[in-house]
Amino acid sequence: MTGSAHGPDEPPAGRGGARLAAERPELVIAVPRGALLGDTLDVLDRLGIDTAEVRENDRRLLFAEAGIVTMRPSDVPTYVEHGAADVGITGKDVLLEQPDREVYELLDLHYGHCRMIVAQPEGADPLERSMRRLGAVRVATKYPRIARGHFAATGRQAEIVEVKGSVELAPLTGLVDAIVDLTASGRTLAENRLAEREEIAVCTARLIANPVAHKLKAAAVDDLVARLRAAVPR
Amino acid sequence: MIHRTPAGTRDVLPDEMRELRGLSSRLRATFEEAGYGEVRTPSVEYEDVLRRGDERSAGAGYRVFDERGEVLVLRSDMTIPIARMVASRFPEAPTPLRLSYFAHAYRAVEPQSGRPREVLQAGIELIGVPAPDGEAEVVGLMLSGLERAGLGRHRVAIGDGSLYRTLLDHLGVGLEPRTALLERLTRRDLVGLETLLARLDLDASEREALAVLPTLRGGREVIETARRALGEGLAPAVEALDRLTGCVEMLAGGHAAERVIVDLGLVRDLGYYTGAVFELYDPAVGFAIGGGGRYDELLGRFGRALPACGIVVDLHRVHVAQAEEERLA
Repeated sequence: MTGSAHGPDEPPAGRGGARLAAERPELVIAVPRGALLGDTLDVLDRLGIDTAEVRENDRRLLFAEAGIVTMRPSDVPTYVEHGAADVGITGKDVLLEQPDREVYELLDLHYGHCRMIVAQPEGADPLERSMRRLGAVRVATKYPRIARGHFAATGRQAEIVEVKGSVELAPLTGLVDAIVDLTASGRTLAENRLAEREEIAVCTARLIANPVAHKLKAAAVDDLVARLRAAVPR
Repeated sequence: MIHRTPAGTRDVLPDEMRELRGLSSRLRATFEEAGYGEVRTPSVEYEDVLRRGDERSAGAGYRVFDERGEVLVLRSDMTIPIARMVASRFPEAPTPLRLSYFAHAYRAVEPQSGRPREVLQAGIELIGVPAPDGEAEVVGLMLSGLERAGLGRHRVAIGDGSLYRTLLDHLGVGLEPRTALLERLTRRDLVGLETLLARLDLDASEREALAVLPTLRGGREVIETARRALGEGLAPAVEALDRLTGCVEMLAGGHAAERVIVDLGLVRDLGYYTGAVFELYDPAVGFAIGGGGRYDELLGRFGRALPACGIVVDLHRVHVAQAEEERLA
């Protein structure tokens, strides 16, 4: 619950407060490890934030001089909501799965493009068959809230099975009829002979902010938003 | 033996209790000196009574049946119970009425979210004083109460809960997109808001005004920026801004000026607010430490139509802020 101990507490006198200078940057940024890491560091480089240390250390998590903390993408909303980071970058898929987080979604960064989809074994339509004969479908996913919401919104009763590992295995073994998962290239789906049936959402990287930092560090947050807007081509 | 308590609740032991007592006695003294008499209401209310105040019973999460089958609700805030109390117990008392409370409120929470189900609140309600004098009094008093309690860096954001709705009405935005826009605004989803605006049939300048308004926050210059962004045609929205300006200017006359943030994107999702809304922050706490607003229609629903406003803090969060002040000192 206690917030960051980094940076000065008063808002800066003018714009440019987030710019990296000799002193510590005013904003602490939560950066996602995993698929979004490379693009995120590239964008931060373009803003003049020195990410060399982050690139060299894949075990260290906190980079105070650069104002960066690194974590799993799904933890970014947690750190930002509690104010342990002022702003953060994570996928829209993570935000859709955690809709109750009290964070501002400030900017679409247009990278990390992927889609949340419903997929099932190629050449058959087990979803349709289960719906017709059993009145309900069984769906495996790492995104239970998104899956539940999608099937509820389309008027289908669904039993959602939450799995932690490779979700593609679930329909192949008869555990479920279909899966809800994130796909970028579709290659993993094809290799497991799964075919897309429905698209739920298009997901890209987003900039989020803690609501208190959004007010108390308004100038620094606005400056970061403006510079990110300029740095990421639409 | 370890015996559990419900998630989101906890015990308070003597050391913490002593500090909480210290905090609340300083706030209590501030309220008392300003003429705010302390009241207590039952922890449970009839559901139909809370419903009268707010369709969603102000988000109450816990209901039980009593021995006669009536539905009782654990209160989720103190404002509706106080409106009920004023109408029933002070049907003819001269106004203004100044009331304060130190009480627990109960919220439904997602499991494992780490949020409290039981919140200890300290608040004041000023009944019978219209805008902007009422707002200026309660906000100013809470700011000095927090100072007296040991906070030094706290700020208050002031916005107008009806501003965005007024603007949407004025621009003739249809019911469906209006609901969707307000939903995104309440969820603080500015990306979704912009995406939706791009699809609406609006002038570029109108679209720009709707997109930029929720991001305008800062000193009093923000109101001028908004006036320019909204243009001459949007008179009703500008009137709402004028009310806000009046309130902020009254505050700026006192010691509070440097603590005020004008926030035109501020929305509070309680249904009974009709005008100004507030949120209190401290840099040591990642969440708002308190909030409030004007609710001019609530008392009327209980049979004594009076303008009113109030403000409340979460004492545990104030405690976190105060402990950090001590550490820094």
